[in-house]
Amino acid sequence: MAGTAVRGRLTWQTATVGLVTDETPKVRTLRLEVPDWPGHEAGQHVDIRLTADDGYQAERAYSIASAPGEPLAITVERLDDGEVSPYLTQEAQPGDQFEVRGPIGGYFVWEAGTGGPLLLAAGGSGVVPLRAILRYRSLAGSSAPVRLLYSSRSWEDVIYSSELDLPADGVKVIHTLTRSQPPMWHGYARRVDIRMLAEVAWPTAERPLAYVCGPTSFVESVATGLVGLGYPAGRVKTERFGATGQ
Amino acid sequence: MSPISRGFRRKREAAPAGRVPPGQYVTKDFPVLSAGPTPHTPLSEWSFSIAGGREPKMWTWEQFRSLPSENLTTDIHCVTRWSKLDTTWQGVSLDVLLAAVEYDARYVLAFSDGGYTTNLPVADLLGGKAWVAFEYGGGPLGAEHGGPARLLVPHLYFWKSAKWVRGLRLRDTDEPGFWENYGYHMYGDPWREQRYAGD
Repeated sequence: MAGTAVRGRLTWQTATVGLVTDETPKVRTLRLEVPDWPGHEAGQHVDIRLTADDGYQAERAYSIASAPGEPLAITVERLDDGEVSPYLTQEAQPGDQFEVRGPIGGYFVWEAGTGGPLLLAAGGSGVVPLRAILRYRSLAGSSAPVRLLYSSRSWEDVIYSSELDLPADGVKVIHTLTRSQPPMWHGYARRVDIRMLAEVAWPTAERPLAYVCGPTSFVESVATGLVGLGYPAGRVKTERFGATGQ
Repeated sequence: MSPISRGFRRKREAAPAGRVPPGQYVTKDFPVLSAGPTPHTPLSEWSFSIAGGREPKMWTWEQFRSLPSENLTTDIHCVTRWSKLDTTWQGVSLDVLLAAVEYDARYVLAFSDGGYTTNLPVADLLGGKAWVAFEYGGGPLGAEHGGPARLLVPHLYFWKSAKWVRGLRLRDTDEPGFWENYGYHMYGDPWREQRYAGD
């Protein structure tokens, strides 16, 4: 396979917080001004390093939320017992500074030339790198057909909801709400299962490419389900995050 | 000089001194990170092989499990920054496995079900530093954590401990594996924070 990552040294750069957008009560998008940002691909992530005034440092990785060509942005879900995510979602304001390095990761990426159809499957904040793919698809003028299957606990927990309400031509967004549903909800109301995948996923005859991102249990069940439906394992790219208390 | 992140302060307890490499934090969970679906190879079809020596060598699951194995307790360090302390494993030492082949190669490329590969120096597999592990925490190693058997090389970042490992290819040169091709470090020493190429 061809590696796409930059082989040069990744150095820490100062990032200044720009526009801050609350996506849900627990999720915030931060635009980051990084003067020498080298650019990124859709699906990559960055390392973030915070420094306290006593010199203590903490590093974490976050998926990039913006498309290639757009200013760098991350979307962060607050984990209440975390150390970095409460700072990024509650404390950080425009003008505050920390460090970033990246972009990192060259496997869970989509390039417009790869085409589709694409099946994107997101559990919770696993939608972040998939949103970068959707934005990039529009900016690149790609007509690759896309289905996004997006599992959230409730409608209030849906990240990027206004954007996903108005998908681009050729993009279909299918929600499932696993814990509570608004009145008159006609969509899926359960965890993703094999029956849902069979209804939503592109037939294997169309040679789809799948990107699955979310908590481990979500990714395990979706990826296993897709393989069960006949998707070759090499056409199912996954990115998992455990409950690591970040 | 790192800029101060206004209002940021430590919330986690400091790890025991000298126990956790720089940039890592301690977790009690065992997070799962892999690039694709979890393979489920039946034990009847499983084998472990070493290629690239004078003669190829292969063990079936029964043959592999009849080899002498060791219990060990060790800390593990993932490049995504979690470290987990005092994990318990049972596995066959690479000293035992590599003693079964004649070779003069200096590197290996470990290969796994699902197409994953990772590169290591032979010297890092010898001397009681590396195992093919089949038990974790007193029970069979779960598929999501690399079962039926995974490489266990705890002194390097955990992506070197290939899940679902099926064998080693001995090589004269150090060829990058899966993540190494995507810009991760060729060696991956957590104590020197060798996360990415050039670190």
